[in-house]
Amino acid sequence: MLEVRDSHAYIGQTYVLKGVSLEVRHGEIVALIGANGAGKTTTLSTISGLTRSRRGKILFRTDPDGTQRDITRAPAEEIVGMGISHCPEGRQVFSDLSVWENLLIGAYLRKDKQAIQSDLRWVCELFPILGDRRRQSAGSLSGGEQMMLAIGRALMSRPRLLLLDEPSLGLAPILVEVIFEMLEQINAQGTTILLVEQNARMALELAQRAYVMETGRVTLSGTGRELAENEEVRKAYLGAT
Amino acid sequence: MGGYIAQQLVNGLILGSMYALVAIGFTMIYGIIRLINFAHGDIVMIGAFVTLGLVISGKIPFPVIMILVFIAGALMGILIERAAFRPMRGAPQVTGFITSLAIAILLQNLGILLLTAQPRNFFCPDYLQTIFNFGPVSLRAIDFSIVVIAVVLMVFLVLLVRFTRLGMAMRATAENLNVARLMGININRTIMLAFAIGSGLAGVAGMMWGGKYGQIDPLLGFVPGLKAFVAAVIGGIGSIPGAMLGGYLLGFGEVLFVGLLPPIYSSYRDAFVFTTLILILLVLPTGLLGRKTEE
Repeated sequence: MLEVRDSHAYIGQTYVLKGVSLEVRHGEIVALIGANGAGKTTTLSTISGLTRSRRGKILFRTDPDGTQRDITRAPAEEIVGMGISHCPEGRQVFSDLSVWENLLIGAYLRKDKQAIQSDLRWVCELFPILGDRRRQSAGSLSGGEQMMLAIGRALMSRPRLLLLDEPSLGLAPILVEVIFEMLEQINAQGTTILLVEQNARMALELAQRAYVMETGRVTLSGTGRELAENEEVRKAYLGAT
Repeated sequence: MGGYIAQQLVNGLILGSMYALVAIGFTMIYGIIRLINFAHGDIVMIGAFVTLGLVISGKIPFPVIMILVFIAGALMGILIERAAFRPMRGAPQVTGFITSLAIAILLQNLGILLLTAQPRNFFCPDYLQTIFNFGPVSLRAIDFSIVVIAVVLMVFLVLLVRFTRLGMAMRATAENLNVARLMGININRTIMLAFAIGSGLAGVAGMMWGGKYGQIDPLLGFVPGLKAFVAAVIGGIGSIPGAMLGGYLLGFGEVLFVGLLPPIYSSYRDAFVFTTLILILLVLPTGLLGRKTEE
């Protein structure tokens, strides 16, 4: 579905991605784990078009039998229309907009009014609290509710591939459980997920496959279980001694 | 005395309407790209001269002239954004600020070069000069039109920003450019639109300015630009209702200051304006309706 080939990217003057390659297949949950500053967030933003890669290619195929498109140079506002939705780090809901407007703006490019309505209902089934608070401004929500809103907003574009950046960031463990359960459900309903996480334990549990990033490069990859049992990963990211 | 105060309040309403229209553009542009646009006042000047040109050139009815002036202001705003501000996108705030000063100087000097610094009489059709008396308050038709048109335009704008898809996109873009892009919003178009609407309103304010004071010159944009900036800051820069509130407060305050104090103080009206600004910012650093926490 998605193929990142040897991507090099800069943030300002800093050389952040030093040749990242990874692949996401249809229907998978793929996790990208690694320490702070390894380039996980930048990897997502080169895929969604917010950051331009200097070198390398990003290829995307909406359906298993569809044609592959080169989205390396496509601007962010077009990539979302192709079926990739990026739920950015730190939630970043529009706090001045109401909860409902945040969801509606997630469907900004869509014209199918009826399907939007049914997707709104779907998101409110996933996260009932959003329906209850629809008129409130998003800024008045708690951190966990904002995370749900950010995921709901990202789903409203009906993505085939959902890029999720640190959904567990700053949330109570019990909320993280809830969010991860929802991700499993969303995935089961047909959305492929590429997940960036600091919480390696949970990410490796959820993901079928995972990549480990270190200082701008992918250093390890494998199934979630393989990595969870890997000695180095256990030491560096799972707190094993 | 009551009649005198009523007359002053009406004058404040008229002045406030014009300040508010200009302040809206200031606040919209700041809200969306955090740019203090000091060339904004000069769009008022351009609006005034475009009006004069259209009035002289033929028998175009005034409502049509107003639409044309709005369009002229909007086009000017778009041109300035494309030529001067878009290349500066992402540069530090000060760079944009200095660029806007340069544009202001450029526009003023182009005005002097093409139109000479000589003030010109502004023509208004007779029916706009008709005087109506409401008890002790006397109003020209033009004063009345200024208030009505300003209020209609502002209601229209608030509805647009509050309730349309486009308005939602503008609010989202103002809050977070990058995340707005992730939603599929074309931020270049949204920014252009904010410039177009803001500058269109400033153009119309220029038409009103000319009609109210009867004389225009290429430097006339300075005062309304500065006052509108103050109004926008008092109201909370970035907030459209704040700009309206700030505009009217400033209009009333200024007129009452001049009207109620002995005449020897009237030349201190600008000092009054800026003192008010300082006092309000001391108490409410983000203005009356500004966000309580700035990021």
